[in-house]
Amino acid sequence: MRLIALAWRYLWARPLVAALNLALLALGVGAMSFVVLVSEQVEYSVQRDLAGIDLVVGAKGSPLQLILAGVFHLDVPTGNIPLETVATLREHPLVARVVPLSLGDSFKGHRIVGSTPDYLALYGAQLAEGALWQDKLQAVLGADAVRDTALAVGGRFVGTHGLGNNGEAHGDTPYTVTGRLARCGCVLDRLVLTGLESVWVVHETTMAMDDEDRKLLEAEREVTLLLVGYRSPLAAASLPRWVNAQEGLQAAAPALESARLLRMVGAGTDVLRGFGVVLLLAAAASVFVGLVHAVREREPDLAMLRMLGAPPRRVAVLVLAEALWLALLGALLGLALGQGLTGLLGWELARQRSLHVTGWWWSAQQAWLLAGTMALAVLAALWPAWRALRLDVSRLMQAPR
Amino acid sequence: MLALEGLEFAWSAGSPALRFADVQAGQGAQVLLRGPSGSGKSTLLALIAGLLTPRAGRVVVAGTDVGALPRGARDAWRGQALGFVPQRLHLSESLTVAENLALPFVACGVPVDHARIRALLDRLGLGELAARRPHELSVGQAQRVALARALMRRPRVLLADEPTANLDDPMSATVLDLLAEAARETEATLVIATHDARVAARLPNTRVLELGA
Repeated sequence: MRLIALAWRYLWARPLVAALNLALLALGVGAMSFVVLVSEQVEYSVQRDLAGIDLVVGAKGSPLQLILAGVFHLDVPTGNIPLETVATLREHPLVARVVPLSLGDSFKGHRIVGSTPDYLALYGAQLAEGALWQDKLQAVLGADAVRDTALAVGGRFVGTHGLGNNGEAHGDTPYTVTGRLARCGCVLDRLVLTGLESVWVVHETTMAMDDEDRKLLEAEREVTLLLVGYRSPLAAASLPRWVNAQEGLQAAAPALESARLLRMVGAGTDVLRGFGVVLLLAAAASVFVGLVHAVREREPDLAMLRMLGAPPRRVAVLVLAEALWLALLGALLGLALGQGLTGLLGWELARQRSLHVTGWWWSAQQAWLLAGTMALAVLAALWPAWRALRLDVSRLMQAPR
Repeated sequence: MLALEGLEFAWSAGSPALRFADVQAGQGAQVLLRGPSGSGKSTLLALIAGLLTPRAGRVVVAGTDVGALPRGARDAWRGQALGFVPQRLHLSESLTVAENLALPFVACGVPVDHARIRALLDRLGLGELAARRPHELSVGQAQRVALARALMRRPRVLLADEPTANLDDPMSATVLDLLAEAARETEATLVIATHDARVAARLPNTRVLELGA
């Protein structure tokens, strides 16, 4: 038996106190770890999904809504814009790239996005099987969409109107799956991708009463959003202004809006983090009180150790070791709790076809959390250790107890 | 083996000093420190153990002047050279009997000698009790465990503080016999602090040092 093992035995000599302290430490570390894991993953997802998109152009409305709808596919779009806008922007000297998106339908909660192959190129997406769409009403599924819909290449499905599950089914215009994408860890994972033509055809078939109607609708084709890449950084100064000056158009800078979004989320995470800090401080206070009582109760044991040849510092180290055991166990439990809660949140978000968050994410900040918890425990144990260091052994050995 | 020379101790600079008679006790000798409560018996034990520093005089154990040892070295020396059986035994309830017997090694940061623990458990008839907790032992069994702990590192001097307090006559006799036998077998000098008249009667060849007289 070594000193560390003795500290372990002393720790569990008072199981209720040890369990309470462990629970407090684990809750504090768990809350903070959860905040770290979720905020890091949200930030990572946001940065990754921005994928070099400099500007999102859509119908007039909230810029943040445009970004949420066009980049992250989390909100409904502000409306549609004329198809000619694509050509107009492509001819603009400050624009290097325009990727049009047409939204409006979904399949089992996964959005059907009409676009061009450039959209996939933005994220460097690779096909895992099959081929890209070549014709209208052909679709390629992201990895999560494949998982949730159990559709295989060659399979057929019918989209429903709207971005929820309750829309009217476009039964006359079924899609055929021509390929599935390898998981990219980006927004494409949860999308059903098709050509722009497909989205138009589906809606024109539903809405047109006759051929004349259809021709009219074809002449008024629209897209929902445009993802724009600047030719030069100078474009950031003038292009958004130019877009906003056009009738019915709204420009939104993803970098600015996502920063605003993260700030808003940050207020919530700050509250949770503060809650975690309070829990950790309460745990430290509890460890302190527990150790003070433990040292008082255990004075005869500690005095006996001194009598058996232990130098004072060894007895103090024994008390510190007990606190470190608590901190280590509490921190590990807390980290596991954090991972578990994050996994649970990820499961719920996946159910809602929202951001990708996983419990299998590790952060360097967790190492700091572990170190901080150990430091806090040492701090809490300093006074009890000092008392152990200053034990009056001769008095304790004499006094009948 | 044990020599007390001109030993004086005071709890503080202004307080009256306790003066102790000189003692020379050889290997295997038995010394009884006798006197009423407050006469300085336990203080003298603490001086011999190096827990207190004398104002004057010296304690010499096996040629080592205990008071001259640096504080850190004194702890290590105590772990190696002294065995101590306190009045209240101070067996840790958090540990099993075997783990209590490992404490002399743990205290000094040396590897636990499991063979020695097993041997002493068997020698003192505690072999079956190794996994028990102290509260599961009878008074006599607990006394033997405390004695085994004191003998664990083959001490030169075995100190016992009021070993018969609160014990009935048969148990008192058993404990004293065990102490004397253990000291004899290990050739340790046995020092017993007591105010119990039964001790001198049970150990007739013991040198008696009257304190507080």
